[in-house]
Amino acid sequence: MPLIWIILAVLALGAAGYVLGRKRAVSSAGGDIRILHSLPNYYGMNVFLTAVVPALLVLVVWLLVQPTVIQRQVTQLIPDNDIMESGELSLIMSDVRRVADGLDRAVEQGALSREEARMIRTEFTNIRETLASIGVALGDDVNADVLAAAQRYRALQSAGNTVMAAAVLILAALGLGYAYSRTHKDFRARNTVERAVLSILILASTIAILTTVGIVLSMVLETRDFFHLYPAREFFFGTEWIPSFEGGSHLGLLPLLWGTLYITFIALLVAVPVGLFSAIYLAEYAGRRMRGIAKPMIEVLAGIPTIVYGLFALITVGPMLRDYFAEPLGLGTSSSSVMTAGIVMGIMLIPFVSSLSDDIINAVPQSLRDGSYGLGATQSETVKQVILPAALPGIVGAILLAASRAIGETMIVVMGAGAAATLSLNPFEAMTTVTVKIVGQLTGDTDFSSPEALVAFALGLTLFAITLGLNILALYIVRKYREQYE
Amino acid sequence: MNDMRLVERAVDDKELKIAADGVDVFYGDTHAIKAVDVNILDKTVTAFIGPSGCGKSTFLRCLNRMNDTIDVCRVTGNILLDGEDIYHPKVDPVQLRAKVGMVFQKPNPFPKSIYDNVSYGPRIHGLARNKSELDEIVEKSLRRAALWDEVKDRLTAPGTGLSGGQQQRLCIARAVATSPEVLLMDEPCSALDPIATAQVEELIDELRERFSVVIVTHSMQQAARVSQKTAFFHLGELVEFGDTSQIFTNPKDPRTESYITGRIG
Repeated sequence: MPLIWIILAVLALGAAGYVLGRKRAVSSAGGDIRILHSLPNYYGMNVFLTAVVPALLVLVVWLLVQPTVIQRQVTQLIPDNDIMESGELSLIMSDVRRVADGLDRAVEQGALSREEARMIRTEFTNIRETLASIGVALGDDVNADVLAAAQRYRALQSAGNTVMAAAVLILAALGLGYAYSRTHKDFRARNTVERAVLSILILASTIAILTTVGIVLSMVLETRDFFHLYPAREFFFGTEWIPSFEGGSHLGLLPLLWGTLYITFIALLVAVPVGLFSAIYLAEYAGRRMRGIAKPMIEVLAGIPTIVYGLFALITVGPMLRDYFAEPLGLGTSSSSVMTAGIVMGIMLIPFVSSLSDDIINAVPQSLRDGSYGLGATQSETVKQVILPAALPGIVGAILLAASRAIGETMIVVMGAGAAATLSLNPFEAMTTVTVKIVGQLTGDTDFSSPEALVAFALGLTLFAITLGLNILALYIVRKYREQYE
Repeated sequence: MNDMRLVERAVDDKELKIAADGVDVFYGDTHAIKAVDVNILDKTVTAFIGPSGCGKSTFLRCLNRMNDTIDVCRVTGNILLDGEDIYHPKVDPVQLRAKVGMVFQKPNPFPKSIYDNVSYGPRIHGLARNKSELDEIVEKSLRRAALWDEVKDRLTAPGTGLSGGQQQRLCIARAVATSPEVLLMDEPCSALDPIATAQVEELIDELRERFSVVIVTHSMQQAARVSQKTAFFHLGELVEFGDTSQIFTNPKDPRTESYITGRIG
């Protein structure tokens, strides 16, 4: 039974349960819903949830566990010398899975009858050709061991699926029956549903947290592998980045970190004054109508995909900076430069800074403005001496959030600053950042056991640590600021 | 306690400070103030009383053009300060507000030190030539606001850390520091407890020696205690204006009588 049918059947049971439960509750109250403890819908909902939720949970767990169990069973059938021959167990297992899937598909398409698929033998049939004729390509001729394993795999899989369907449906029916039998006018269905809602909410947040933990863990594990292959000292303090897949690479973090920080610095140099001043204008000076037009227009900038900013850097800003600044000043001939990426990234960050700062400035109480105006201060004096100091922690928080965004940016750097890892002070020279190199090391043909590929995880973890630190600092500052007025 | 005791104070022939003549205020389409005429004397406390929403705060804010900061607000009529129209295009509202200071309903100290709060006005108006002069102004203002003894050892502490009554006196010191000629107070005691209120009222009485004070209040006892002149506003109109003793003992308008005896409001 395909998965979708199982789910639909469970939902149908749940829906039936909803109708039955509701009806039973109403009839137990003699048709007068005022006697019921909860509204009739809650009784229906209770039956629905009791039928559906446990069944679907079992389904999910089953789907996660079954492949591991089957894999373990099937692996025992593969003789050791086969593993020696092809080098890796995982390669054989993927062949096994492919043969099994191919046979299933052949049955589906009618190329083989169910019986033929089950009895097929390497001695009599060329399985590779049979499967190729229905579009399943195999890298090698199928030997008897693999075929046996594949047949076992199919048998286990189909048995597992049948048992799973039965178990899930029985569980749904049991849940339905249990909740239905408990449905009575005095049953506190409302409270039960409330608890169910609570656990759904907790489940959702747990998933989010576990995902984060999982991401960090996977990076930590890969990074550990990297540091087994490459000395940590040379990674953190190396000043050269020369990866070479033949070995003997220099994988120093410093040029990449320098590029990242340099570009971020220039981006903030652009974004902070422009964003902050436009926020001050919008919050303090602009009339209602101007604000209504200007604020959404600035926020449009935030909706532009970074690849489009990258194009802007590549075809407009880069050549312009080269022709009008870098070449006349004798600072370089490259249109990819730190300056290009920094300026364009700064433009991208303007709405970030301005929109957050605008909110923060608006949160400064009107009474402080009145107090300042009442003493005969002008608007700019009020902004400079009262509003900005009051809003400063929040603004710093906004800037730090923008900085962590800039550090994580990739596309604009690839297209604006190039991919050459250099340690240089010249802002018109091509440089690159940590993120670009992560992409560079992992795309293309890579061997995931070499330090040249694994270094990407170490870079990712470093980046994660930096932006996490900045975000925590920003949140801490913003929270401290909030306490002042509440 | 004799709360309703009326202070008999001689109202001499004092100089006219502010003369308002036929003032109308509109908030968008709402006619908030209707043809109000009031004369405010120098070195006198004038109280504006009336039920909520009667326009007394709005009128007060006209006197130093604080209503300019509200887009939809429009003021017509004449308001003369020392014989000069404060709504004349040549008048700089910022300079005007240095001469006509304001204290607000809720204490609103800046999130700065006590010293910086008081020195804020003198600094932006360049009233002190050097640090020692500024120190002097700060001390004098804090003394006038009866706050000096309480805060002299912690001038660098944040102004927001003071108690509510101290904060309000700090705001008064801040307003006094720019040496205004008129001090406008918009319900200065409504956020304070009775003890702090008594302190501020005492202070207002002392401030009368140097400034012309205009105070908006909801408390008729307060108006009776601190003011020499009282104006009663009702539904945007100035119903009655006269000596405080006369308004409270012998009101001419029946509406005034109803209000002070608690029948309307």
